[in-house]
Amino acid sequence: MSTLLQPTLAGLPSPSTEAFLRFENVSKVYPTPTGPYTVLDGIDMAVNQGEFMCVIGHSGCGKSTLLNMVSGFSTPSSGQVVLHGNAITKPGPDRMVVFQGYALLPWFSAYDNVYLAIDSVKPDLPAVEKKEITREHLAMVGLTEAADKKINQLSGGMKQRVAIARALAIRPEVLILDEPFGALDAITKEELQEELLTIWNTQKCTVLMITHDIDEALFLADRLVMMTNGPAAKIGEIMEINFPRPRNREEIMEDPIYYDMRNQALDFLYSRFAHDDTE
Amino acid sequence: MVPTSPRRPGVASNPLGWLTRSSGTWLPPLLGTGGFLLLWQILSSAGVIALPAPSSLFTEERTRTLILYPFYDRGGLDKGLFWQTMASLSRVAQGYTLAALVGIAVGITIGLKPTINRAFDPLFQFLRMVAPLAWVPIALVLFQKNQPAAIFVIFITAIWPILINTAEGVRQIPQDYRNVALVLQMSSRRFFTKVLIPSALPYIFTGLRISIGLAWLAIIAAEIVMPGTLGIGFFIWDAYQQNYVGEIVLGVIWIGAIGLVLDRLMAWLQTRISPGQ
Ligand SMILES: Nc1ncnc2c1ncn2[C@@H]1O[C@H](COP(=O)(O)OP(=O)(O)OP(=O)(O)O)[C@@H](O)[C@H]1O
Ligand SMILES: [Mg+2]
Repeated sequence: MSTLLQPTLAGLPSPSTEAFLRFENVSKVYPTPTGPYTVLDGIDMAVNQGEFMCVIGHSGCGKSTLLNMVSGFSTPSSGQVVLHGNAITKPGPDRMVVFQGYALLPWFSAYDNVYLAIDSVKPDLPAVEKKEITREHLAMVGLTEAADKKINQLSGGMKQRVAIARALAIRPEVLILDEPFGALDAITKEELQEELLTIWNTQKCTVLMITHDIDEALFLADRLVMMTNGPAAKIGEIMEINFPRPRNREEIMEDPIYYDMRNQALDFLYSRFAHDDTE
Repeated sequence: MVPTSPRRPGVASNPLGWLTRSSGTWLPPLLGTGGFLLLWQILSSAGVIALPAPSSLFTEERTRTLILYPFYDRGGLDKGLFWQTMASLSRVAQGYTLAALVGIAVGITIGLKPTINRAFDPLFQFLRMVAPLAWVPIALVLFQKNQPAAIFVIFITAIWPILINTAEGVRQIPQDYRNVALVLQMSSRRFFTKVLIPSALPYIFTGLRISIGLAWLAIIAAEIVMPGTLGIGFFIWDAYQQNYVGEIVLGVIWIGAIGLVLDRLMAWLQTRISPGQ
């Protein structure tokens, strides 16, 4: 396995001997009626503070399982995931999740969903401040106008915006996104990618994001984790994406390196670890 | 109802025109009910059934007085249907409120704790099959007094749908919402008020709606245990013992109508409180 500890963000404080977030020989085994089923086997990886990581791999290889062990909804069968030197054992607001199905409370408005998150995590903050943070984060994702609408009245893209606003409003150290833009149309998707990058640039939280879209990963990420197929999936390769930031989609796509990386990722997914469609 | 469409010449602005156009909705129930009453009228006039004909409710003096003067009060039990109904409704309200409070509280507990659910589910499933009338002697033995016994019969009849639906509603809270509460480390109080109750509310209302009908049905059973008290249930029982068949028929129709109104009321409340879910 290659050394994974190099910082990739220019101007980042030099990493201490302890990395910010690390997977230490992490395995996940599910008991099934037909015997134990190993999903992940011996994952070793370090993530730097403020880094934007994308995870790609075929469906069912264990991407969600991997990130669920960071959010704390699942714990490793062996090994551990360590944040700031402490093993992760349960969910907490320092590792906020943008859930696959948005998970917004439909009986509240967009505003109330964001406010509830802040109010739950920082109940002692003065109400004025909580309101201010709520408005600020809704504005960041362009939802000032729609703030008072009920969730059911919002489009898919708007719901995802509320989910992102809610996640960032509580100022997590790690933001976890599980295929956040998979269900959106191409234009909304690109808009949201850009908004996410803008906000990430101002907040500098660490991002872990699952995607199926190589172009999305190349536009957003500092590094792209490519997973091998399950069962017993491992990290196959980690690709460094060093385009300067702030990134511009057209400029990146004019760079010949972009296509080298794209082909390398495609080759990984469709030649070396092609999915056998026999299941 | 008045048509809201813009005024146009001819049939469109004519209420009669609206009536003919919407006849599909009001005509079948009118014909059905009318046909039923007609059949009843013919059968009892011909002497096929012993029940008095519907028209006799207006021709017979006792029932006509009851229909025309619901508010009369000659002291004692000799009161109009309005007062009889109010007495029964207040009893139903007490038993039902108790059933709602206990049913929702226990329902939430067993919805959240599968072990407690497994412990008590067989018992609940068994108890809910016991008919209201069967509870009457038990209630009398338990409480010795009429009033609490009657309220208990309503309570024990009405509680099961509330309890079972509430528990189901709590079990059906989507995992996503629970996960949000977990990540945000919500206090249990906040989870309760912001997630659990709103999420389970449609189920709770379904239970409440089924139960209001049951509670009202149980009123006859409950009031039979209380001879000599004001109430629509005892009114019918009393009429039966004195062989005023017309009064029995009137009382039964009256009970059906009140039950219908209660059910509609709950349905309306349901749409007001949890719309579009
Ligand atoms: N609770 C469980 N019990 C048994 N097997 C499970 C359980 N949860 C997940 N798995 C299995 O683990 C494997 C990985 O699941 P996971 O959801 O992590 O995949 P994924 O990479 O996120 O897939 P997708 O891209 O489709 O979301 C799958 O084969 C799945 O069937
Ligand atoms: Mg997944």
